[in-house]
Amino acid sequence: MSEHGNGHAEPTSFLRKYVFSIDHKVIGKQYLFLSLFMALFGGLMAYYMRWQLAWPETAIPGAGWIPEPMAFGGIIPPEFYNALITLHGTIMVFFVGMPLLLGALGNYLVPLMIGADDMAFPRLNMMSFWTITTASLVLMASFFVEGGAASAGWTGYAPLSADPIHTGVGWGLNLWIMALALEFTSFLMGGINFLTTVVTMRVPGMTMFRLPLMVWMQITAAVLFMLSVGPLIAGAILLLLDRTVGTGFFIPERGGDPLLWQHLFWFFGHPEVYVVLLPGLGAIMEILPVFTRRPIFGYKTIVYSTIVAGALSFLVWAHHMFVSGIDPQIVMPFSITTILISVPFAVIIFAFMASLWGGSIRFTTPMLFAIGTIVTFIIGGVTGIFNGSAPVDIFIHDTYFVVAHFHFTLFPDVFLGGFAALYFWFPKMFGKMMNETLGKVHFWWTTITFNMVFIPMFLIGAGGHMRRIYNPLQYDFLKPMQDINIFITWSAVALLVGQLVFIFNFFWSMYRGKKAEDNPWEATTLEWAAAPTPPPHGNFETVPTVYHGPYEYSCPGQETDWQPQHVEKGSVAA
Amino acid sequence: MAELAVPPGIRGRLGNGASGNMGNGDGSPYTPSPASHINKALFGLLMFIGSEIMVFSGMVSSFLILRAGTTTWPPVDQPRLPVAVTGINTLFLLLSGVAMYMAVRSIKRGQSGSLLKWLSGTVALGATFLGIQGFEWFKLVGFGMTFSSSVYGGIFYVLIGFHALHVFGAMLGLLVVVARTSAKKYTKYDCNGVMMCAAYWFFVVGVWPVIYALVYLA
Ligand SMILES: [Cu+2]
Repeated sequence: MSEHGNGHAEPTSFLRKYVFSIDHKVIGKQYLFLSLFMALFGGLMAYYMRWQLAWPETAIPGAGWIPEPMAFGGIIPPEFYNALITLHGTIMVFFVGMPLLLGALGNYLVPLMIGADDMAFPRLNMMSFWTITTASLVLMASFFVEGGAASAGWTGYAPLSADPIHTGVGWGLNLWIMALALEFTSFLMGGINFLTTVVTMRVPGMTMFRLPLMVWMQITAAVLFMLSVGPLIAGAILLLLDRTVGTGFFIPERGGDPLLWQHLFWFFGHPEVYVVLLPGLGAIMEILPVFTRRPIFGYKTIVYSTIVAGALSFLVWAHHMFVSGIDPQIVMPFSITTILISVPFAVIIFAFMASLWGGSIRFTTPMLFAIGTIVTFIIGGVTGIFNGSAPVDIFIHDTYFVVAHFHFTLFPDVFLGGFAALYFWFPKMFGKMMNETLGKVHFWWTTITFNMVFIPMFLIGAGGHMRRIYNPLQYDFLKPMQDINIFITWSAVALLVGQLVFIFNFFWSMYRGKKAEDNPWEATTLEWAAAPTPPPHGNFETVPTVYHGPYEYSCPGQETDWQPQHVEKGSVAA
Repeated sequence: MAELAVPPGIRGRLGNGASGNMGNGDGSPYTPSPASHINKALFGLLMFIGSEIMVFSGMVSSFLILRAGTTTWPPVDQPRLPVAVTGINTLFLLLSGVAMYMAVRSIKRGQSGSLLKWLSGTVALGATFLGIQGFEWFKLVGFGMTFSSSVYGGIFYVLIGFHALHVFGAMLGLLVVVARTSAKKYTKYDCNGVMMCAAYWFFVVGVWPVIYALVYLA
């Protein structure tokens, strides 16, 4: 066949092959590089913030290049600090977490895992990547307009965000809204593509309950995103109009309601957390069976729990607003749904632990990161219950306890889970093995320093240390905690510097790494067992037919301890 | 190409979208999985409509919350909405939905002549709806109701305008389908474009009565 089913021939020109490619594998890698690039910025911003918190209003090493009026000889003023916290959050959630876990992993893996040759809409796929790239450029450009970048927090609370008089930020915040709007458009296109692909393009035999769990996580995330983002798009339109044509939807003096923004934002915001979370957990679900050499425990239970958690996530949003002045009568119902939502996640975590139990574990780098993700995520999940319980939340709201909590959920998910996924699928993506020794160094360094950064934050948060303050030394009652702040900052520096090990390993292995076999981990799913490494244009040499579930390891009476999905029982694995 | 192996009758029912699966590569007949019977483009469009419904829900909720937070709605110095005219206009839009339904029925029966007739009717009714609405907006602006005159005016123009924009966009798509119909591009078996256009049209027609009831009547 000169061309495969989607009607596109293999491109030959450089532009069509690597830049405006419609091959899901190339697009997946483009998302990967975009997210890693943006992660560097997000990390750099964290460093500037941490330095300011430890040694307020001193010249920050490595900040001298920032032009005035953002910084003055490396000293950052409060306005820029606010822009940093805003953009750090925005970048890490929308421009790192989503493009890495959905954009890169989803694009690369979903078609391969279901046996398809590409996405359902390859051109739409390309457009979605270039839309988020445009969004990233718009976001970065917002630093350089008059008044500086958005500084109303990543949640953009009104009226702070609704009228430039509060922050002095003009077009910076408009551009922030536009960048988010473009990002949403990009992932709407992506979500439609993922769902249509999984629904219509599974190979024969690939029933819904034979899908690798990663695919389930990706499509659940896509559904959650598509159902939750609508109200925030509506909110973004209203906010932009407030700022540009003089409406007052969120401005009390003009008859508007600032709480309306919070409702619209968090109706999206909580499902969004799961949009980012689920694909990260999905990676763990793929990695655990491979390196324990046994099926994942409770496949269907995990699927149903995920769906229940997804549905519940639409009923918890007001837990972010317990101290916002909402009707106390609606506090308790939201407190209850919030505590309920931890049940399906607890089920998933127990399924993970049961999967590990008694397995003959191969402690490779991806497996270490997977275990690290689970352990840290448990801390994040448990501390979420504190926040969900309204009486406790009233005390810890807007303190570093909350900051520590959500970093304990999102960091393990996006970074530890993301690293697990990258170390695991790197051989398939780039045809080379990553260095194991460096990988293990990277794992231990990252998890230890991460905990050194964020466990103390629980302490200072419980001690009443507010988040989103520029200079803790302005408050007498915070002064005794300053030593902890300094410790956190040094730990954060160590955490960030440690990532150089990964960056080196990533690029070095890409060129110098040991050549990867088709199925180096001896896995059963199609992307490993049926596709060559790296997969060619069109993915498979012949269309695989699926005979088994995704995790058939250690089956009795087999020559090998794994049973590829596309090989009939009894016949010898290829 | 492997898609030739699919019997022509089945291909027609699947439409263009479903031919996107690859062959077995070894020249053996393509064995479709049950999933491939779903039309991709239409499925994708329905997903899109689902997320659009959520955007409308967000706007309608905003409208309700803003209204609930105001003691006098509409504010005393703001004009009342043209309930009766818009009621008649609502009928025009609903009729356009009926015309679109007839258009779909025509092509399902292979009558492309009557397809063109009903599609043109849909266009005419849709244009009437937009025309009357534009005219009423002019009058409202004349009475001093603008985007920034009050939250009442603002959310009215956002919500109604957002819907009007959707009708307008759907009309553009509809005109393309009309042009392709007169060029005899659609058959009983290959009418994906008509189906997608119809699905979107039913969506813009379907959300309107909700908006009308909440904004004009309630
Ligand atoms: Cu939440």
